[in-house]
Amino acid sequence: MPAAGSAAVEFRDVSFRISDCLILDQLSFRVEPGETLVLLGHSGSGKTTALKLVNGLLFPSSGEVLVDGRPTTACDVIHLRRSIGYVIQEVGLFPHFTIGENVGLVPRLEGWPPEKIAARTKELLEQVGLDPDKFADRRPRELSGGQRQRVGVARALAANPRLLLFDEPFGALDPVIRRELQDQFLALRHKLQKTSIFVTHDVGEALRLSTRIAVLDRGRLEILATPEEFLRSQAPVTRAFLEVLNFTPRMNANERE
Amino acid sequence: MIRPGLLQDIVDLTAEHFVLVLISMACALAIGIPLGILLTRRAPLRGWVLGFANVMQTVPSLALFGFLIPIPLIGGIGKRTAIIALVLYALLPILRNTLAGILGVDTAVRESAIAMGMTSRQLLWQVELPLAAPIILAGVRVATVTTIGTATIAAAIGGGGLGVFIFRGIASVDTTEILAGAVPAAILALLSDGGLSWIEKRLSPA
Repeated sequence: MPAAGSAAVEFRDVSFRISDCLILDQLSFRVEPGETLVLLGHSGSGKTTALKLVNGLLFPSSGEVLVDGRPTTACDVIHLRRSIGYVIQEVGLFPHFTIGENVGLVPRLEGWPPEKIAARTKELLEQVGLDPDKFADRRPRELSGGQRQRVGVARALAANPRLLLFDEPFGALDPVIRRELQDQFLALRHKLQKTSIFVTHDVGEALRLSTRIAVLDRGRLEILATPEEFLRSQAPVTRAFLEVLNFTPRMNANERE
Repeated sequence: MIRPGLLQDIVDLTAEHFVLVLISMACALAIGIPLGILLTRRAPLRGWVLGFANVMQTVPSLALFGFLIPIPLIGGIGKRTAIIALVLYALLPILRNTLAGILGVDTAVRESAIAMGMTSRQLLWQVELPLAAPIILAGVRVATVTTIGTATIAAAIGGGGLGVFIFRGIASVDTTEILAGAVPAAILALLSDGGLSWIEKRLSPA
């Protein structure tokens, strides 16, 4: 059990290098239990790399990434990955599995009894707004992009992980559907109290969904702030993001949860 | 025209041909598919192994049979040499398609599978092989049909099979003999192609 007050995830002086290229440069920050930390940055800022360091898809070149107080390099990486939910933009549902089989994947890998998997699958599909009777036996290719991503979220939640990772999950969807899924995310977060790290390049999404925003630029952490602080910030990097939105600092309070 | 005993000979030699192809394909699959899987995990080996299989394919089949004869242990004339040559000949389509099929699995699917905590073995058996199956089977189909044709040359080195008719017919300018070999071989090839095509279609994204 993690000590009281310890971070869910902690980056300590993390650098990541491929050949000669420095992707992440001495990144240090904490993600507190229950919060939604948004990693905001342009393409190439290193935000996806940072995310992949959390569930052991990548390992730091120097420094340590700690999940629940333990370095990812010291964990059984299979067990680590099964205890973290992962949602990506392309979704990546298995085309040869039904929706139900996709959602139940991690429970099945963990050896849950079939009845428990079936019940959990049904519960999750309902939670993401998909009627299990209509969808559980369909194939991914029969679903729209938005529906597939809902399944992706259900799949990530299946084994009840405490930590969820999102890599621009709604980026490929049209704005109306994107908005719906953001609403869904906020509703689920309120209900399930998970810790989330959410990568996006969309500042509007960041402001809407985050408890704190970490701005990454060329592998360095530029700003770590709450949305209110972000809006008030005069730093060039935040100003640049906000200009894109044609923002006035007086943001409509109803825009946020 | 139809000599007595021709029909019986056709049945016997077709069976012999069939067994030749069956054993060769079984060996080629037993070597080619695991080797293909290994190559997906060891990129540096790919050039060497595929290059070797490519050379085996490019060498004219009759020459390949001939090259093997003087080699100690595996050589000599007869069925064993013929089978070895046929296995080498069948490797390339099987290897290439196993490699292409597995590497061709959608990156997002593979990344999701790994991120959700599948072990390498679970990834291979539950994701990569099922999704690569249609492509691998296409390679098996090509290899089978090619082997049925190439096996006719086995007769030239004492391997038996339907080639016996063909060579005999050429030597004695007897069209009936030639056809007695060529037609069953062609029918075998068409049936194999048809049967494997059907399985391929069943396996494709259901």
